[in-house]
Amino acid sequence: MEPKDRAKEELERLEAVAGNGLLGRRAFLRGGAAFTAAVTGYTLARSAGAAPLTDDPWSLVPGAISPPYEQRSRFEGKVVRTLSNPKGETRTSHARTPHQLINGTFTPNGLHFTIVHSGTPDIDPDKHRLVIHGLVKRPLAFTLDALARYPMVSRMTFVECGGNSAPMFSKEPIQASVQALHGLASCAEWTGVPLSTLLEETGIDPKAKWLVAEGADSLALSRSVPLTKALDDAMIALYQNGERLMPGNGYPMRLLLPGWEGNMNVKFLRRLKLVEAPAMSYYETRTYSQLLPGGKAYRFYFLQEVKSFITHPSPGLALKGPGYYEISGIAYSGNGRISKVMVSADGGQSWAQAALQAPVLSKAFTRFRMPWRWDGGPAVLQSRAWDEAGNVQPTRAQFVAQRGETHKVPNVLAFPNQHYNSLTSWAIDGKGEVKHVYA
Amino acid sequence: MSTPKLPAMALALGLGSGAALAAGPNLGIPLEPADIAAWDISIQPDGTGLPIGGGTPAQGARIFAQKCALCHGENGKGGVFAALVGGAPLSGGIDTPKTIANFWGYPTTVFDFIRRAMPWQQPRSLTDNEVYALTAFILAQNKLIGEDDSMNAETLPKVRMPNRDGFIIRFPDKI
Ligand code: HEC
Repeated sequence: MEPKDRAKEELERLEAVAGNGLLGRRAFLRGGAAFTAAVTGYTLARSAGAAPLTDDPWSLVPGAISPPYEQRSRFEGKVVRTLSNPKGETRTSHARTPHQLINGTFTPNGLHFTIVHSGTPDIDPDKHRLVIHGLVKRPLAFTLDALARYPMVSRMTFVECGGNSAPMFSKEPIQASVQALHGLASCAEWTGVPLSTLLEETGIDPKAKWLVAEGADSLALSRSVPLTKALDDAMIALYQNGERLMPGNGYPMRLLLPGWEGNMNVKFLRRLKLVEAPAMSYYETRTYSQLLPGGKAYRFYFLQEVKSFITHPSPGLALKGPGYYEISGIAYSGNGRISKVMVSADGGQSWAQAALQAPVLSKAFTRFRMPWRWDGGPAVLQSRAWDEAGNVQPTRAQFVAQRGETHKVPNVLAFPNQHYNSLTSWAIDGKGEVKHVYA
Repeated sequence: MSTPKLPAMALALGLGSGAALAAGPNLGIPLEPADIAAWDISIQPDGTGLPIGGGTPAQGARIFAQKCALCHGENGKGGVFAALVGGAPLSGGIDTPKTIANFWGYPTTVFDFIRRAMPWQQPRSLTDNEVYALTAFILAQNKLIGEDDSMNAETLPKVRMPNRDGFIIRFPDKI
């Protein structure tokens, strides 16, 4: 037996934490040269292809002028959102986050997902007003200038469309990237004024139980929100990752309801009316009510429940030969912090606990990572997340039993149903190609 | 619906007129109900907020042909966008298209959505009478009201939608 093979065998025995090559994270730190050789295939022998190092042309001339607003490297042009309505037809437009092409936990502003139901309005911030009225003691209007003087808070939080992952309701797995399947969720640091501060100033009539939020977009999109959430952690968000909100994310202000259905985080927010009962608006009683097997429907789903998916590797990111890879992905829950993510490389037969990237924040993306040595054979990668409230992602069988699946395979852009939070499985074949499967 | 005019006077009065209120900055501009009227298009399922006026299916049919059929098809049977008439039984599967007749719980939502959002390219260009007439036309096409029934603030909230009781509150403890 070659020394390399012996090292490999030893490592497998000592450091494997689950089937099909999942490795303990400490193995990587402790293993030293033998470990490195085993998992990567490096040896001390000089690499055959290496040419002597020389200076490249860009190292020999002064570089470009610094622009006032930095742009990405011209080599990064493929890292973009995918658009459902690129020609601006008279209907809803979705732009999806390319999770497979970015890393970390927050989404750059230009890549944050957006959905607009009638285009993005061009709002002059000096003319915009936020009106709070209805069952209040004093109806008040707030200008952006006024809000800028209020005590602010910042928090990392994800926003996810209730229809994110809708293709997963298909009876057969749709072959598509993680962007196409799960791209309607993103995470940012939002800064703004707690809604409770403003409601303290308007005063609340004890009869008020809900508020109806409305945007300044052409559909005047409106959603009803329970007052308890408004007084809990709701925010009038003015900044997204340090800069003013992007137009598609509601410039100049949006309602932020951490952990709750994206559509309720009303963008271009111009009005909050306190009322006794929900308005039963179009988006809450039609679009974002979910049909169940048998014909009843959920209303007021609100919560984006615990969920995770692997972003690396994923369809489109083929493996380039056996050896070491990092399996990584995103986990989040509208119920609080992620407490645990388990990863499987054998379709759920055995599981190992992934490392969670600190800090693990409530209602925010958490990046999980798991070292993996691919032996070149078939593998099925899955992740499963738990949150601090004790909720766990249901298995696909459990989920389908409760929520059903479609009779036909829908278009990948369709929304056959909403609020999918079960598992996602990626199958790796002998060539390293990644396919979407149900396992 | 006209462009809302927020009170120039209140703006001129300046900030902080809410003396002796909350401990915060108090930079809100006080409003009178009349100031808000043009923006306040909220309607409740019990009919609260419905404007005066009314309209019949026959009146609605004419407006529909002019302003709606190009997207929703002749008489709302479906075109480039959603059919406003008909609908399959909801027990047919979790991706059954949701329609006014098979899914919507409240007639007031029909009025509210048309008034705030339709026609898509020219929202809030219809008069309240026109919105009532279009609502009446769509409800009549769906046989939810009679051909001659006029819709107004009194009659509309009383229309019983077939799927009214078809909903389950997902997380009652969050409300
Ligand atoms: C330019 C195309 C267009 C025109 C014209 C138009 N609509 Fe619409 N309509 C839409 C689109 C797109 C939607 C879906 C909106 C969404 O889901 O965000 C819609 C949705 C609706 C709905 C909800 C249907 C459902 O079941 O979900 C109603 C009701 C409606 N329109 C009524 C009207 C009426 C009445 C008119 C005429 C005054 C009209 N529309 C004119 C494009 C149009």
